[in-house]
Amino acid sequence: MNIKEYMKDHFLFLDGGMGTLLQEAGLKPGELPERWNVSHPEEIIRIQKAYYDAGSNVVLANTFGANSLKFEEQELEALIAGAFDNARKAKEESTGTQEKFIALDIGPIGKLLKPYGDYEFEDAVSVYAKTVQIGVKCGADLIFIETMNDSYDTKAALLAAKENSDLPVFVSNAYGSDGKLMTGASPAAMVAMLEGMHADAIGANCSLGPKQLTGVMEEYLKYASVPVLLKPNAGLPRSENGKTVFDVEPEEFSEEVKALLEKGVRIAGGCCGTTPDFIRAVTKKAEALTPVPVTDKNLSLVSSYTHAVEFGKAPILIGERINPTGKKRFQQALRENDMDYILGEGLKQQDAGVQLLDVNVGLPEIDEPALLERVTKELQAVSDLPLQIDTTDLTAMEKALRCYNGKAMVNSVNGKEEVMEGVFPLVAKYGGFVVALTLDEGGIPESGSKRVEIAEKIIAKAAEYGIAKKDLIFDPLAMTISADTKAALSTMEAVHTIRTGLKVNTSLGVSNVSFGLPNRNIITSTFFALCLEEGLSAAIMNPYSTEMMNVYHAYKALHNMDENCMSYIEYTATLPAATVSATTANAAGASNPASSNRAADSKYASPMQEAIIRGLKDKTAGLTKELLKEKEPLAIIQTEVIPALNIVGEDFEKKKVYLPQLLMAADAAKAAFEEVKVHMAKTEDASKPAGCPFVIATVHGDIHDIGKNIVKLILENYGFAVSDLGKDVPPQVIVDETIRLHSPLVGLSALMTTTVPAMEETIKLLREQAPWTKVCVGGAVLTQEYADQIGADRYCRDAMETVRYAQEIEATL
Amino acid sequence: MKEFMEHLRLKESAEMYHAVPVYKEYADVPFNLSEALRYAGMPAHNAPEIGKESVEEARKLISKDLVYKVGYLCIDLERDEEGFPILPITQHSEMLKKNLRDCDGVILFAATIGSGIDRHIRRYERSEVSKAAILQGLGAERVESLCNLFNEEVKNEAEQRGLKAHPRYSPGFGDLPICVQKEFLDALDATRRMGITLSESYLMAPSKSVTAIIGLERI
Repeated sequence: MNIKEYMKDHFLFLDGGMGTLLQEAGLKPGELPERWNVSHPEEIIRIQKAYYDAGSNVVLANTFGANSLKFEEQELEALIAGAFDNARKAKEESTGTQEKFIALDIGPIGKLLKPYGDYEFEDAVSVYAKTVQIGVKCGADLIFIETMNDSYDTKAALLAAKENSDLPVFVSNAYGSDGKLMTGASPAAMVAMLEGMHADAIGANCSLGPKQLTGVMEEYLKYASVPVLLKPNAGLPRSENGKTVFDVEPEEFSEEVKALLEKGVRIAGGCCGTTPDFIRAVTKKAEALTPVPVTDKNLSLVSSYTHAVEFGKAPILIGERINPTGKKRFQQALRENDMDYILGEGLKQQDAGVQLLDVNVGLPEIDEPALLERVTKELQAVSDLPLQIDTTDLTAMEKALRCYNGKAMVNSVNGKEEVMEGVFPLVAKYGGFVVALTLDEGGIPESGSKRVEIAEKIIAKAAEYGIAKKDLIFDPLAMTISADTKAALSTMEAVHTIRTGLKVNTSLGVSNVSFGLPNRNIITSTFFALCLEEGLSAAIMNPYSTEMMNVYHAYKALHNMDENCMSYIEYTATLPAATVSATTANAAGASNPASSNRAADSKYASPMQEAIIRGLKDKTAGLTKELLKEKEPLAIIQTEVIPALNIVGEDFEKKKVYLPQLLMAADAAKAAFEEVKVHMAKTEDASKPAGCPFVIATVHGDIHDIGKNIVKLILENYGFAVSDLGKDVPPQVIVDETIRLHSPLVGLSALMTTTVPAMEETIKLLREQAPWTKVCVGGAVLTQEYADQIGADRYCRDAMETVRYAQEIEATL
Repeated sequence: MKEFMEHLRLKESAEMYHAVPVYKEYADVPFNLSEALRYAGMPAHNAPEIGKESVEEARKLISKDLVYKVGYLCIDLERDEEGFPILPITQHSEMLKKNLRDCDGVILFAATIGSGIDRHIRRYERSEVSKAAILQGLGAERVESLCNLFNEEVKNEAEQRGLKAHPRYSPGFGDLPICVQKEFLDALDATRRMGITLSESYLMAPSKSVTAIIGLERI
């Protein structure tokens, strides 16, 4: 019988621990257990037969660590084939009469993926793919991915399983005692991602006993619409006479598992420390139970690598600011590859209170697929908010969805056949929560009811791809009332009907409604309030707008979505004391600019210099804004920012202040520069001088780059046009960038002795291909002597030394 | 901690892996402000007020994202005729040999405070470098304090058994090459059991992780 058929009406029992039993049979710690498939088949068969005899429906072939990182291809094939031969023999020899299946067992490859570690996501997919391909050839009934402690690694394995087989795939994660994966994912986040990618059963194994995993299981049962599995350890381990022993016996274990089967778990087995006796006890206890039916929880979820966001309850805010449309400063950042600016927009919106970030990097002259992929990865390295991938370019959409760690929101599909046929297969494969615009080949219908018809058409088409209604969110399109005063009414009617009639979520880019009108915030925020009342589930909006945030918080408080009005009270505490209707909420510090140009403390030459020297970021930004009204941007930099930085820099060199203070001042100065840049982008001031180029990177193999980031920040403060290539940068990439910019300066950072050879290699290549450039090096392990040995021009002890050296070189140009 | 060294049957076997690693988790670890300041680049005796405030702020920020995990192994060692232990590692180190002179056993351990702090550091590296630097310092203090706490337990336990614990020694100190990290982590099954992985260039992730060896000498 097909396993999925069998699971419909039955509990499914897995096997128990393997490692401990193999050790008892003589496997030496450090010896790879997979080798026993060939060297000691009789032991493997004996143990697996005992599991079938004890009532296991599924035995995992002994392939947990069988991957191409550990074994050469030929041996890998032999070991996996051996594993299946053994499992089949065990199945044949067993006296058990239950349905029996054999799973290809896949454990983590033991590499931490970027951005935490140094391993590429696609490389991990390839490693898993190899194991899957061999397992399929060997006749696996299902694929069992287990003990995964990182969501991204889990995605790589599941993707490989789906791309290389049609077998059912079970996915099991290893949770810590905090109820999260090692890299931070909650059970809800895993459910969202794994169900989006069509895992057939999901759950938890290893690390803890059934009792400690109860909380995790309850979360799974609350969110999952597929069968939930549990494969816990025999309690917690302790050491006894040089052996690890577990503190739970079969009787207690099976009682605890039984309690979870009663709550709705459908698949159960054991992990470390469990034996056939544990499985026998569990199957025996389960005889008296009827499986709890698996139901569709009908939840609309998106997720990041840490948490899930649920649509359809409290309204969800999606930050719209990562989008070049109409934003000159943002367009400039995209053209200059200024990743920090883009990431900064993401973090600022997160601080302002959005739950998701829309990501749109479409500009006619750029390579959108490459950039969208990069921005997606970089944003996920700094922010744990789920992302909304916003593009009309299908290649870009696929690249972003593939590398996305979690279940993304997708913006967008619409009623056009061609668009649906392009977008839905991607969502079906990678998972996603899709914004569907109610327009089609005929354009945007004026009436609300016509838009509802398009929505119905889209729902039907999505179903053909296996995408349920819960994974669609309709955007009935806000049109400006300045062109048609009935426009808002039609949109609101559509929101109401789609929400109450079709029972699907709705979203709007609300600000369109006020296009072409003065004081747009008044119209937009009122429209937002009205739409929320019609049942709007989410808005793509500007979180820097105080009016919008006011509406959001007030709505939640008025709709009993804010217990004791706590979040409203917290929100109002962040508002300036006298809330005047400012256009932006982001005015902290700017609300009280010093009117006179004399500093409060005579120690400082001006309030601006005081703010920088004391590292007051928001205050510096506010003062810069004020000063820009009267002074030339460059004059502000020359007379305020640079002198302040010089004071801090000199104090640092004299050890009167320390690194954190230097950095705080630099961060404050950076805020001033950012205001200047925004101002200049607005006024298209062409007089902006290009700084002296400076290419900077942490060398290949090195993944810690705070030192490099410090140097970069200070260099930028001093006007250098720093091109930051990031960390773990291959030598040729550094050389190519140096040639492209004809940069007279390259700065290389290495933290570890093991990566200094990569530094040496980079310098050698630079000497060959970019002989004009000067190379300075820094990092924890370097010394002047070391620098000389590897052929660098200068060893710079810290950021200020680097600045001094760079100025020296700049003066000779 | 009671059964801590029960399976250290000194001199019975020189095999490295005869024992199975043991894992433990601490709810909290005492905080050492002056060390955190020092790691963040400020001398403790003369740290600016704003530096102290920033460290406190950082502590609040990461308090929910820290774990304190230690995995350890007790290993017996053979000694050569000069009294130097025969080390069960492939890398040669004169200094480690000296550190372990007259020892009959060692405790090999790995400690980590988890990857939560790395998430915060990555974020601030790109937005507010000053905060990232403070977090780095705090993380270094956290994992070192964790090692100190564990070390103290080892010392006390050793004393009760008539053993003296030597100062701990880590890969990368002196002439002990960093690549021995891999052997330590493998012996401790630390990737699977503690989530500590090693990059191609032998950097550990989570970044605030430590491996070390503590010599045990009969008094």
